[in-house]
Amino acid sequence: MAKRPAFSNLMKAIREGKFVITGELEPEKDFDINHVLHSAEEMKKTGKIIAANVTDGPQGDAYTCSMVPSYLVQEKVGLEAVWQMTVRDRNRIALFGDVVGGAILGLKNILTLTGDHSALGDNKRARPVYDLDSTQFIELASKIIDEGTDLEGKEIRGGPIEMNIGCAANPNSRPREPEILKVGRKVEVGVDFIQTQTSFDIEDAKEFLKELVKYNVPVLLGLFPLKNYGIAWYFNEYIPGVSVPKDLLGALKKVKKEYKEDKKKRNEVIDKINIDFFLPFIREIKKTTKAAGIHCMAVHYERLFGPLLKDF
Amino acid sequence: MIITQQKDINEIYEMVKPYSKILIAGCDGCCQPPRSINEAKVLGQLLELKAKTEGKDLIWKAITVLRQCDDRIAATTVRPFVDEYEAVVSLACGLGVVMMNRVFPQILTYPAQDSRYGGAENAGENYFVEYCETCGDCLLGETGGVCPMAGCAKNLSNGPCGGSVEGLCEVGGYVYECAWVKIWERLKKFDRLDLFTKYRPPRNYMLWSSPRFIEINKPFTNEEETKEEAK
Repeated sequence: MAKRPAFSNLMKAIREGKFVITGELEPEKDFDINHVLHSAEEMKKTGKIIAANVTDGPQGDAYTCSMVPSYLVQEKVGLEAVWQMTVRDRNRIALFGDVVGGAILGLKNILTLTGDHSALGDNKRARPVYDLDSTQFIELASKIIDEGTDLEGKEIRGGPIEMNIGCAANPNSRPREPEILKVGRKVEVGVDFIQTQTSFDIEDAKEFLKELVKYNVPVLLGLFPLKNYGIAWYFNEYIPGVSVPKDLLGALKKVKKEYKEDKKKRNEVIDKINIDFFLPFIREIKKTTKAAGIHCMAVHYERLFGPLLKDF
Repeated sequence: MIITQQKDINEIYEMVKPYSKILIAGCDGCCQPPRSINEAKVLGQLLELKAKTEGKDLIWKAITVLRQCDDRIAATTVRPFVDEYEAVVSLACGLGVVMMNRVFPQILTYPAQDSRYGGAENAGENYFVEYCETCGDCLLGETGGVCPMAGCAKNLSNGPCGGSVEGLCEVGGYVYECAWVKIWERLKKFDRLDLFTKYRPPRNYMLWSSPRFIEINKPFTNEEETKEEAK
């Protein structure tokens, strides 16, 4: 398909050839989302984060929606949001309504996701929706943006609606071929950028990025700096296909034991472990691949952004 | 086959508690595991024991029906007994229970089973598998004979999703095969990855929405198509 114009700051920066960095914000079961706004402020202060993803019920949990925090992050903090939307909880009618509603609020990036199944979440007995899958959601979003209609071709009054559409890809998927083919299918339907699931394996990530080059769509490789051993352990155990390298996991475990009392020292050592691991990782990605940037999913770990990203 | 699971005996007893004479009707149709005369007798004995523990006498009779979902068969088999009893407990699937209530509106028929899904049986395996979800718009011609509606926890038309690891699905703890990896394997084997990469547009859920009915002996066209033809 013909290239959609760059409507968002994120997309503009990518098209300008900048190596972009996006962050991640996670509203949880919160009425008070000040922690999200605080994190967004910290990200903005670094001057390195061009936009931040706002998650939509990760792990299938019943969390505060992603639309309102996305809006508030843009409005109150002045940081652009990448509004994550899953097809798990909304049918095509609700998706249409939300996308147009989000556009009214000034949201410029949608990340179209299938969403972790509700059976994995904290309301397991919920009826999952999946009226559309993520690829079909890309079709819906494309219709809204490119043609100004819903899926049935019914016109939206006013407009045009200016948004860019992203999708996810998973470098950890095995076998890999169906994943690559699926991403190709999504690109065909109409995505502007790709953000990947987190990777801890540099060679594997490079291989994955290489395979995506043929689709000619900018890719932001997902990285997940590990704020503490608990997060690393959880990631290793529960995130599909992700395995944290044993050395990294071991080092974090050691720190947890060694500096049980001294929180300040513990944080310093953890930050160093992360920088030692991820700084060369990012450098290598920037130097040797065609990746458009990094999606740094360090939720509530903004203090790392400054030292980690100062060279980018 | 319609796969059913018997309800907890206490739940069934609660339903029949107000009655002292009940008819228990097995079904010899496609219900699996079998819910025939023997199962009906066992259920009768259990309910009788349960009633005894509460100091009550429960009179019951067990019969079985060739197919409870066929009104003529249900009527001819059950009619000779039905007037002697205060309630019926059916061991059929939901279709049978509804049909019995329709054929014998003068008496309430209660379900002893939860109807789970249309399932298939592989010899030597210890479970019934849902291979088809009767969605009304068959994709099997594009998916190498593997159904993504029944086989994929997210009913994806354009899978796989990020929850697929080494060909297994995140839902259920990596026990079930990822339907979309299977589809890819099948299509690759027959050099038909063109079918895999093909984009499948949003589905028509009018075909999958209750209530559904098809006129017997007439080819099915949905309402929209009929209107289209009329133009």
